[in-house]
Amino acid sequence: MLTGKWLDIGPTTQIEPGTARTLPVAGGEEIAVFHTMRGEFYALVNKCPHKAGPLTQGIIHGDTVSCPLHNWRISLRTGEAQGDDKGCTPTIPLKVDGGRLFLLRDAVMAGVVA
Amino acid sequence: MNAATGFDRGNLVRERLVVIGNGMAGCRAVEEILARDPDRFAVTIFGAEPRVNYNRIMLSPVLAGEKTFEDIVINGPDWYADNAITLFSGDPVAAIDIRARTVTSAAGRVEPYDKLLIATGSDPFIIPVPGKDLPGVVTFRDLDDVEKMLAAAESGGNAVVIGGGLLGLEAAHGLSLRGMKVTVIHLMPTLMERQLDEASGWLLRQELERRGQTILTGANTKAILEADGRVAGVELEDGTRIKADIVVMAVGIRPATGLAKAAGLAVERGILVNDHMVTSDPNVLAVGECVQHRGVCYGLVAPLWDMCRSLAGYLTDAPQGYEGSVISTKLKVSGIDLFSAGDISGGDGAEDIVMRDAARGVYKRVVVKDNRVVGAVLYGDTDDGNWYFDLLKKGEDISPIREALIFGQAFAAGGVQGDPNAAVAALPDDAELCGCNGVSKGQVVGCINAGAHSLDAVRSKCKASASCGSCTDLVEKLLAITLGAEVESGPKTLCKCTSFTHDAVRRNIVEKGLKAIPQVMQELHWTTPDGCSCCRPALNYYLLCAWPGEYVDDQQSRFVNERLHANIQKDGTYSVVPRMWGGLTNPRELRAIADVVEKYNAPMVKVTGGQRLDIFGIRKEDLPAVWADLNAAGMVSGHAYGKSLRTVKTCVGSEWCRFGTQDSTGLGVKIERMTWGSWMPHKFKIAVSGCPRNCAEATIKDFGVVCVDSGYELHIGGNGGMHLRATDLLTKVATEEEVLAICAAFIQLYREDAHYLERTASWVERKGVDWVRAQLLGDPEAIGRLARRFHYSQRFSQDDPWAARVAGERRDLHAHLAEVRPLQREHA
Repeated sequence: MLTGKWLDIGPTTQIEPGTARTLPVAGGEEIAVFHTMRGEFYALVNKCPHKAGPLTQGIIHGDTVSCPLHNWRISLRTGEAQGDDKGCTPTIPLKVDGGRLFLLRDAVMAGVVA
Repeated sequence: MNAATGFDRGNLVRERLVVIGNGMAGCRAVEEILARDPDRFAVTIFGAEPRVNYNRIMLSPVLAGEKTFEDIVINGPDWYADNAITLFSGDPVAAIDIRARTVTSAAGRVEPYDKLLIATGSDPFIIPVPGKDLPGVVTFRDLDDVEKMLAAAESGGNAVVIGGGLLGLEAAHGLSLRGMKVTVIHLMPTLMERQLDEASGWLLRQELERRGQTILTGANTKAILEADGRVAGVELEDGTRIKADIVVMAVGIRPATGLAKAAGLAVERGILVNDHMVTSDPNVLAVGECVQHRGVCYGLVAPLWDMCRSLAGYLTDAPQGYEGSVISTKLKVSGIDLFSAGDISGGDGAEDIVMRDAARGVYKRVVVKDNRVVGAVLYGDTDDGNWYFDLLKKGEDISPIREALIFGQAFAAGGVQGDPNAAVAALPDDAELCGCNGVSKGQVVGCINAGAHSLDAVRSKCKASASCGSCTDLVEKLLAITLGAEVESGPKTLCKCTSFTHDAVRRNIVEKGLKAIPQVMQELHWTTPDGCSCCRPALNYYLLCAWPGEYVDDQQSRFVNERLHANIQKDGTYSVVPRMWGGLTNPRELRAIADVVEKYNAPMVKVTGGQRLDIFGIRKEDLPAVWADLNAAGMVSGHAYGKSLRTVKTCVGSEWCRFGTQDSTGLGVKIERMTWGSWMPHKFKIAVSGCPRNCAEATIKDFGVVCVDSGYELHIGGNGGMHLRATDLLTKVATEEEVLAICAAFIQLYREDAHYLERTASWVERKGVDWVRAQLLGDPEAIGRLARRFHYSQRFSQDDPWAARVAGERRDLHAHLAEVRPLQREHA
């Protein structure tokens, strides 16, 4: 699981459309992996830029998630807060290959203290 | 076939071009080269299929019986002969040697090349389930597959198509026309989710179901079942079994890169090529579905033509380069008009312009970004598809025609530039504005001039836009033209996705029998493709309330607390409140709670205002285990997290209290047993006080009972929250039975009438106490009718949601996907 440029985090079928799941990183930031109603996948640090609410628990509509704590809308593509709110959550490059999900290793490990 | 390699061309020797793949890409590339320089190359083509070059995308009409194989042949034997092309069909290339510059075929033939073109296309993706290799399991890629399907269809029976994408649906359509009973299994919730959004996917699904196909979405194939050595059916993850005489796998394609990879060429998802279709080896080119260009692999035919042109340009010394393609899709299913192009996923800065016409089954959505069309989905009326696609490809600035854009080219070209109201102003007075109610423009203007100064007033006066609402935009423009700044804004709409009010949405759901969120959005002309975090939960509740036992709750439309059956706290952990009926508890329950607090290191446990205990700091992963422990002690969910019945607060009443007049505790328990689990527009609190001293604070609850010597005073619409409101006295009754009946009826009235997220206090103020009283007490039958509806809906909601989770339901909501432990790597 931990070799190469891309980190295999398992089959796409683990995440139902319209939901998100968590991927804790020991010593680093927990990652949120989203599956939109349209079938797209995105990965972000699981923290709203506002008060660090867990974005996995929000309502997903289009390619946006509404944070469960104070309803900030966060773009799943860019991590940017939408509307009048300002702030940005780091995104993690993700690719789907052969029905499996891969995250860019360096981005996953970005916050890990060696 | 004519063999002609390396013969003279004046003083030059022809370069040898070997093409791997006799499909659409390979042959088109050769055609493009020949058109530019017919004498430059001696061409040899290897094809895996034992036949000439045909139009693969027309296999669907062949399956459907609308065309024959002869109709779809692109290049017959003559073409190869006329152009001195050597064709080795039925003999696929087995290996490439890029250093020796030769290819070797499966039959052992070795062919040298100067330039090699790889056009191996793609392979159907086979999902790795048991039974995938059984006879009767086919893909939908070539003529052999079609012939197998046709053979199966001859004896009728059942077909299962796995994959609800473009190819799968075309296969399903063909098999259905050939007389088979077809079931489509699709993993995603929306058919063709790469091209369609939820709204258009839902329309397509309805039409296919109307034609007799069974469509199962969100369905994951577990195994293909066998009987007598061949396919007999399909089993889904949820245990459903579907009979099948043939199974078509159409779940997607993968670039066929095996040869290129083995030869040492650079390959990622596809064979990597530059803008001239040259691979990592300068003498090897690649084109079609097997390539990856600027990170993109294509699976449609249009990009292939673009690639072939730039490849031919490069090989004939007139390079122009390929910059990638924007693609559009049409479904080749007769009678279904469907068009999709560009990026329809929305995204930052993108704006949706949506038009729906429920009466004609039309849905149009154009995605605009920076004043340019970036995507479009059309269903039911695709006339303007090419126009939108053209605007998209050219990147034209659409700001001058923005207001008219969604109405199509004819309308936009009609001189409305600059003034969005001009088109409406130009309509003749007898033009019919509202098709549903047959209202002309003149009538609407007359109605406005007669004093209807808001959308709602127009709707109630002359009924224009009061039914399907698709002419709302036109009526609003007429208001603006006729009144200028004097237009009065109407009542608040449900959210910014719709022009309908909460009441209108609720009424329409019942009157039109709408039973799914996408259906409501289509029928009521939602202006966004799949709603927002405001309207989705509201619609989910309205449907749940309107169709108890029938509507399937959409978990994705629920706030986190109702999805996880616990209250999220600021640090992302949850608090857990088990139900304590009427505020009563016992040693067993208290022990279980104490054990949970210790076992899960809950940092705090607190007595709530609703007379129960709240355990704080539980992680979502631990919730099912916590609930299991609480369930084991006989406790169920307290719904402290829901827009639902919260608690029934009681005082000790006549059993202990020297002032008590009735058994308030016992009555409270009875009420809680009757009402728990019910979903409501907002949270709902009840209290029962045993005497007018009112220790249970019943007069600031949604429903309060104050016991007196002669019976029970029933109070409604109280709130102890932000806006303190004392209850209104509804009535006084003599028996517990009457209390229970009126309580059920009042809740049901609130459930059926209030707006989502409207507490009873604001609802009672909005409607008036007299209205509520009249609804409940004006007709002697009313209480019974409402109570019966409440009890019926309770039959479907009084299941402990915790127990279901403990039993393993929706484990994915609680468990992590995986864990990354970077330190392990260092030890490895």
